[in-house]
Amino acid sequence: MLEVSDLSVQLQTQRGPAFAIRNVSFKLQSGDTLGLVGESGCGKSITAMALMGLLPENAKMTGSVRFDGQELVGKSDAVLRRLRGNRIGMIFQEPMTALNPVHTIGHQVAEPMRLHRGLDADQARRQTIVLLERVGIANAAGRVDAYPHQFSGGQRQRITIAMALACEPDILIADEPTTALDVTIQGQILDLIHDLVLERSMALILISHDLGVIAQNVTRMMVMYGGSVIENGTTQRVFGHKAHPYTRGLFGARPRLGAPAGTRLTTIDGTVPELVDLPLGCAFSDRCTWVQDSCRTTRPQPVVVDVGHTASCLRLDAVMAGDTE
Amino acid sequence: MNAPSSSAAAVGAASTPSLLRRALGHRSFVLGGALTALLLFAALLSLFWTPWSPYEMNLPAKLQAPSVAHWLGTDAFGRDVASLLLVGARNSILVGVIAVGIGLFAGTALGLLAAAKRGWVEELIMRLSDFTFAFPAILSAIMMTAVFGAGIVNSIIAIGIFNVPTFARITRASANALWSREFVLAARACGKGPWSITFDHVLPNILSVLTVQVTIRFAIAILAEAALSYLGLGTQPPQPSWGRMLAEAQSLLFQAPLLAVFPGVAIALAVLGLNLLGDGLRDIMDPRLARKR
Repeated sequence: MLEVSDLSVQLQTQRGPAFAIRNVSFKLQSGDTLGLVGESGCGKSITAMALMGLLPENAKMTGSVRFDGQELVGKSDAVLRRLRGNRIGMIFQEPMTALNPVHTIGHQVAEPMRLHRGLDADQARRQTIVLLERVGIANAAGRVDAYPHQFSGGQRQRITIAMALACEPDILIADEPTTALDVTIQGQILDLIHDLVLERSMALILISHDLGVIAQNVTRMMVMYGGSVIENGTTQRVFGHKAHPYTRGLFGARPRLGAPAGTRLTTIDGTVPELVDLPLGCAFSDRCTWVQDSCRTTRPQPVVVDVGHTASCLRLDAVMAGDTE
Repeated sequence: MNAPSSSAAAVGAASTPSLLRRALGHRSFVLGGALTALLLFAALLSLFWTPWSPYEMNLPAKLQAPSVAHWLGTDAFGRDVASLLLVGARNSILVGVIAVGIGLFAGTALGLLAAAKRGWVEELIMRLSDFTFAFPAILSAIMMTAVFGAGIVNSIIAIGIFNVPTFARITRASANALWSREFVLAARACGKGPWSITFDHVLPNILSVLTVQVTIRFAIAILAEAALSYLGLGTQPPQPSWGRMLAEAQSLLFQAPLLAVFPGVAIALAVLGLNLLGDGLRDIMDPRLARKR
């Protein structure tokens, strides 16, 4: 249904051109769930924005995004608008700011239906109430005319989910949907998204820096670093046999229940390189403990680790061999 | 009705009177509102009733001191000063409404266009406003009335044109800030186009800024009209105008100083009232700002 190949986004910055994402490729069928993991600034959100056609003006997109066979790269905003909110829905990180304070929630949830489906105010209102009930707003009929400030953060995220789902999209993109929420609410929201994806057999792209969120909610995951996908595979495989040194670092930095008291979390030395001065070779080379000279000059290509599991690392054999020692 | 909706209703109900209470508790808003209401009342009253006709001269009764018959005395032509002031208020408001209206509509439209289109459209609009700004307002008004002729219509247009870049700048700055807000991104992700976002999301959120600006520009427009009339470029006789009353009183300053005081006080109070109202509105509509000050 969605086929992304060799998608790159170049940003014109004051310090020169920077690749925000490089050669990202993946396929998505209805019902598929894909996770994008990585640190801030690794290109997760830019990938989502590129799929939505909502990149900033200084961005140039190359490669191909085919949605139901239709090429989206290079299409006018008017064409993309017909897909946004209609066939592709998106949920944002910050529910406190994703709703306009001056409009009622009913108005905002109804908007996409009136826009894409041409429903009149009455029909849209009835559908909105049904939808709000589905996402778990109690007494939706009584609260449809309330304003965003009258809801809690978790409820507002439910409302933005209702907004994204109003036109029953084929793909749902969730960009850190629970990062801004209380831990107690996170699980509820993720369960809701999970149920809705199953119920409507949508495809889900879930963006998160939280490996726990990824583990429980998607079947396939891509680890991104410096704008490139460095590891790609089923969640089960990647969690079981993490291959890339960066993925390993990411997992090592994660606190775990049941670890013996006094266990130290490992950190990855250094900081994420700025996109303007990405190394010529592997983006991770400056921070990698396995680095060798060729890493700094050659961009690693995806290497098959196992069926449906690839990692882009020149020293993969050496890294994997370390496991058996 | 069950629990969640009644609590929502309570929240909604609580926020409305608190705005009103904030307004009534705000001293400069109350004072400014009262002065502005007085100005409006004087103008409205003059449409139906004035103590004397403001156009009728009565030379034997010229330059009288305030009395029961002429509350504020008479001017050099024996006209009733109180009646002149009342009709002058109407004149000031007419100038303010139309001049600010021109600025508000044209300026806001240009500002919204600049913010929605970005790129060269924004550059062009903003550089044109800079160009207009480069000339002092009163100077450009004098230039315009010199070229197109003195008179109330031309001075209203001149003041109005001077208001356009002010509103364009404020609108564009506020609108740009809104365009980068997440709810606008969310609206775009729903497939909304730039125009529907402009009218549905941007404009309603900058109304408070514009309201405050309207009251302040209104005060400035009244001042500008008084200045132009004082110079003889604005309202033409026999139509009463506060600025021209001042100009006429100037030559009689030693014989009848009160003649200059009354229109002067009227202008000062009107401008003060509108400024206080604008300040008050800003504080009330943006409570965060009020706390910082």
